Amino acid sequence: TMKGSVISVLVVLAVVDRLAGGLEHRSYDYTKYHTMDEISAWMNQMERENPDVVSSMIYGQTYENRNITLLKIGFKSTTPKKAVWMDCGIHAREWIAPAFCQHFVKEILGSYKTDSNVNMLFKNLDFYITPVLNMDGYIYSWRDKTTRLWRKSRSPGTGNCTCFGTDLNRNFYANWGMVGISRDCCSDIYNGPTALSEPEAKAVTDFLGAHQNEVLCYLTIHSYGQLILIPYGHPNISAPNYEELMEVGLAAAKAIKAVHGTSYKVGTAPDILYANSGTSRDFARLIRIPYSFTFELRDKGNYGFILPEDQIQPACEESYQGAMSIVNYVHDKNFKSAAITGTLATVF
Amino acid sequence: MKTFCSVWLLLSLVELSPAPPASQEPPLACTGAPDPAPPQPETAEDMASTGDLEPTHYPARRAAQVALHYLNTHHGSPFRVFGLQQVHKASAEDVGAGGRKYKLDFSVTDWGSGSAGPALRCSADVLFPRTERHSAPEVQLHCEALHQINSTAQEDDAFYQKYISPDSAVSARDIPDSFGNMSEEMQPFWRLARVAASFIMLRESSENTEFNMAKVASVTQQESREEQLMLEFVVLLHDFPSQEIVQWKLLASWSPDRGVRVLQTEWQPRCPHATKPPN
Repeated sequence: TMKGSVISVLVVLAVVDRLAGGLEHRSYDYTKYHTMDEISAWMNQMERENPDVVSSMIYGQTYENRNITLLKIGFKSTTPKKAVWMDCGIHAREWIAPAFCQHFVKEILGSYKTDSNVNMLFKNLDFYITPVLNMDGYIYSWRDKTTRLWRKSRSPGTGNCTCFGTDLNRNFYANWGMVGISRDCCSDIYNGPTALSEPEAKAVTDFLGAHQNEVLCYLTIHSYGQLILIPYGHPNISAPNYEELMEVGLAAAKAIKAVHGTSYKVGTAPDILYANSGTSRDFARLIRIPYSFTFELRDKGNYGFILPEDQIQPACEESYQGAMSIVNYVHDKNFKSAAITGTLATVF
Repeated sequence: MKTFCSVWLLLSLVELSPAPPASQEPPLACTGAPDPAPPQPETAEDMASTGDLEPTHYPARRAAQVALHYLNTHHGSPFRVFGLQQVHKASAEDVGAGGRKYKLDFSVTDWGSGSAGPALRCSADVLFPRTERHSAPEVQLHCEALHQINSTAQEDDAFYQKYISPDSAVSARDIPDSFGNMSEEMQPFWRLARVAASFIMLRESSENTEFNMAKVASVTQQESREEQLMLEFVVLLHDFPSQEIVQWKLLASWSPDRGVRVLQTEWQPRCPHATKPPN
């Protein structure tokens, strides 16, 4: 009958739609670099498909007025939870970094139901993950082959300057302007007319400031160099927990090496890379987030910023172990001892 | 350069994708003139004192990178490019006339053989002259078993025969592309560019720089001369401390017998208004 055919068609369409929705998720290719539009759509999808553990938050606007968005991932709670912050893509050309954030999200969402460790992390912590912080710069680096190696934001130069952009990772209010910067606005390490002149840096600053007491760990993902950097960027300033940060960083490097044999070096920026100031990592440590690390992902200069897509998977796999090593340390330090105390309390 | 800028101007006026309220680019938007690297406050121990250096710290690594560039200028080929694997030991001392000499013990691997091949152990002396005007570092280098690693003579010869023919006119841009891809045919050209770029990176290096080749903007084969392949490259170099991308045009020759020689180099400003070269 006519009605029967219509119903069958509708049923088929509904099934196809569900299948397509599922396929759409399964077919998101984590081994390819994605445009900002694709990443935004993927973020929406992660939220839609995992409503009990994922919500998104807009916490600022880029210079070109795009919404800076993070995914908040963890079991929902009525009381504030401790948190881990991760941002990727502060520097536009470091494409492997946003790829890593996407991989990280995929891993934890794919394992929290079955992996007791990740399940426990979801219970006790929230992950705040920003897949692309410097959206304007990232989009610009996709524009054409001449823009691929863009680094900075896309705010216009002030005063007499005819060049665009500020190095977001020199713009934070953390020993701003002291070392490892350039006052030439055309330079790739131009730290901006003033500290926090860039709305992207301000957005992170405001968010971390508002969640200061919750955030235990600040991870910022960059490339290249195969390094784990600990605060501070100024050669004469030491973090109070330097020894511990080195220990945690070295353990993370060991975890990374165990995956594919890739070697990462660990140390302060002035020791193993170069002195710098106004970095987000230093800012986080200055506002007393105890564990603050910069990851510089693959490689060591063979391909540099333009890491081939066939290395995305292994680069992400090994870095995931490194990041999780740090997250687990931070978690255990804040939660395991409480559990032990609890047990002892009941025994006595 | 003028044509390039005009094309750039046209491209910047044509918005290829729907843009949100975007800043209107002035016609000559560009990445800017590379500053001389900002004076680095030196790591107190490593830069000022004489004696052992921490091998994982940047002063030792920068010096080793210079030795690596030297190694590649002498032993690089279309099928062999070396990369720095690890610095084992390093020391430095100030020498007469304000120079600083690094003694290095390090390992390199051959990227040309695909995945991590065997590591070669090398020792080098790298002297950075500290003069008013920049002058190139001086390198003395010795690598163990350099002549024992698998010869690439067969591939070198086949490549040479293919492209030395008079009607060969290779021309390509953006190696690798934005996704890191390059065709198998382009790989030897990429390696040759890397080797040729090493001449420039070696010459331009100081204790305040750390260079890698970011990509090959273009390769254009010129008419062969004296049985040498003649290649004009435009390469983009990345310097760590300044984070700048520096563009150089160069003319290089290669043959299996003579190896890579660089005949001409020309620093290319990425901003029309920039006229001073980096050093």
